[in-house]
Amino acid sequence: MRSRRDWNRPSLGQKLAAGAGLVFLHAPVWVIVLYAFTTEDRTYQFPPPGLTLHWFEVAFARSDIWAAMRLSLVVALVSTAIALILGTLAAFALARRQFAGKETITLLFVLPIALPGIITGLALLAGIRTIGLEPGFWTIVAGHATFCLVIVYNNVVARLRRMPASWIEASMDLGADGFQTFRYVLLPQIASALLAGGMLAFALSFDEIIVTLFTAGHRQTLPIWFYSELFRPRERPITNVVAVVVILVTLVPILLAYYLTRTDEQGGT
Amino acid sequence: MLRPISTFLHGRNAFYASLLLLPPLLWLGTVYLASLFALLLQSFYAIDEFTARIVPELTLRTYGALFTQPANVDIVLRTVLMATAVTVAAAVVAFPLANYMARHAGPKMKALCYVGVMLPMWTSYLVKVYAWRLILAKQGIVSWAVTSLGLGGVLDALLATPVVGGPSLASSYIGMFIVFLYMWLPFMILPLAAALERVPGSLLQASADLGARPGQTFRNIVLPLALPGLAAGSVFTFSLTLGDYIIPSVVGAPGYFIGMMVYQQQGTAGNMPLAAAFSVVPIVLIAIYLSFARRLGAFDAL
Repeated sequence: MRSRRDWNRPSLGQKLAAGAGLVFLHAPVWVIVLYAFTTEDRTYQFPPPGLTLHWFEVAFARSDIWAAMRLSLVVALVSTAIALILGTLAAFALARRQFAGKETITLLFVLPIALPGIITGLALLAGIRTIGLEPGFWTIVAGHATFCLVIVYNNVVARLRRMPASWIEASMDLGADGFQTFRYVLLPQIASALLAGGMLAFALSFDEIIVTLFTAGHRQTLPIWFYSELFRPRERPITNVVAVVVILVTLVPILLAYYLTRTDEQGGT
Repeated sequence: MLRPISTFLHGRNAFYASLLLLPPLLWLGTVYLASLFALLLQSFYAIDEFTARIVPELTLRTYGALFTQPANVDIVLRTVLMATAVTVAAAVVAFPLANYMARHAGPKMKALCYVGVMLPMWTSYLVKVYAWRLILAKQGIVSWAVTSLGLGGVLDALLATPVVGGPSLASSYIGMFIVFLYMWLPFMILPLAAALERVPGSLLQASADLGARPGQTFRNIVLPLALPGLAAGSVFTFSLTLGDYIIPSVVGAPGYFIGMMVYQQQGTAGNMPLAAAFSVVPIVLIAIYLSFARRLGAFDAL
């Protein structure tokens, strides 16, 4: 019978299907990278008739792109900073304690990413209008910090749960007070989780469009610039270049975060 | 200087915990929960048809309009249909890759596959949507590849299909479906692979020893054990499709989707109550779906 072999070794068909899945996931990203170098500036002609670096130069000289980029970076930095503080506090409070109502509070700490972004966005807009606020920098930050907080909380709480409680007890038994225990036992343990959570939060904020379109008012973050560009086909080559830049700015911190959490998962357990 | 504070806090555990919890709760409460409440409140207001102003009196008129006007009902049905189709297709397409990652790949290959799935998942959302617009455009890669393979007639026939077709892939429901499938596929692969990794090899061995054909083993052993993973993945694909408004406005046919309706009603149409009522629809649908997925064990597989 052929049964034993079938379940232990993949057939050629299975391998091909798996490979096709990976190609499907990756090809579009490479297409964008390729298009950033095309000499054709009006249509989406494929294959590109020629390759050039000219569009990078053109995009580099554009002040509106730089302004949008700067706004996105500042928003991402401020939101990440707020999220790091609030998310860590929440993780410390909720990691090990059991109390009445904990389920509800935990639910509240995942809701901003569990519900679709459009609901968060519209809700924030409704809130902003209700209290008569003018949408702008701080309303963008308020939205971003809310979902970034959840990312940081998840990262830190996962790390704290893996850490043996006996370490804290040992530190206290040896005469350290709460702050010393925090500084010398807890902080080194959660440092890489904080860094990873912070970088994920930064990347998410930098790339966010769905919530931001509701809360930005007249301000233009880089994704909003990009989004408006999608409906204005005159500047295709520049859009392609910005796309490559956005890929780089978001992927680098995410890859770093991935390796940070992966290596200490292997080392820690 | 810090020691007196820490001595004071020591032993007052509940007080210490609430001290920690206060700032994040205050943030989520004022920024997020209050906003959700404002949204819910808006959905119970209605717009005055003559002055186009929002009348701040509680009424069910907006929900009435949402559920009785055929155009609005169509939008809800269209969105749910698309979300269901994307979810089913994602499960089918994800299976071979998830299965290979979980049970066939060696340690090195497995790590490579996981990074290979996560890398595109984390690539900028807007850039991926934009990439698909280029790929599906009239002179784009798909039509180039199809024509060079001599299959131009097949694509034309596909686009000539009523309802799902259109002038080009980039402006048809087929194109929109492909983009949705692409965007949420990793969210299906990862939980599915995690569930498949937990299928004990001995069960498959036993099934084969007892004379089951691979198809029978798949149906009776693998599929039931993978169900929690499928359910978990489907929560993502379903809810992400329900709420999206960027993809239908960048790629796709003229028909409206819930997300687009929400965005348009609060913006150009200026009908905040209707936008709010529309945004409550996905919340309710997701809540129903979650309770259904919980029964399939979706939350054990996350």
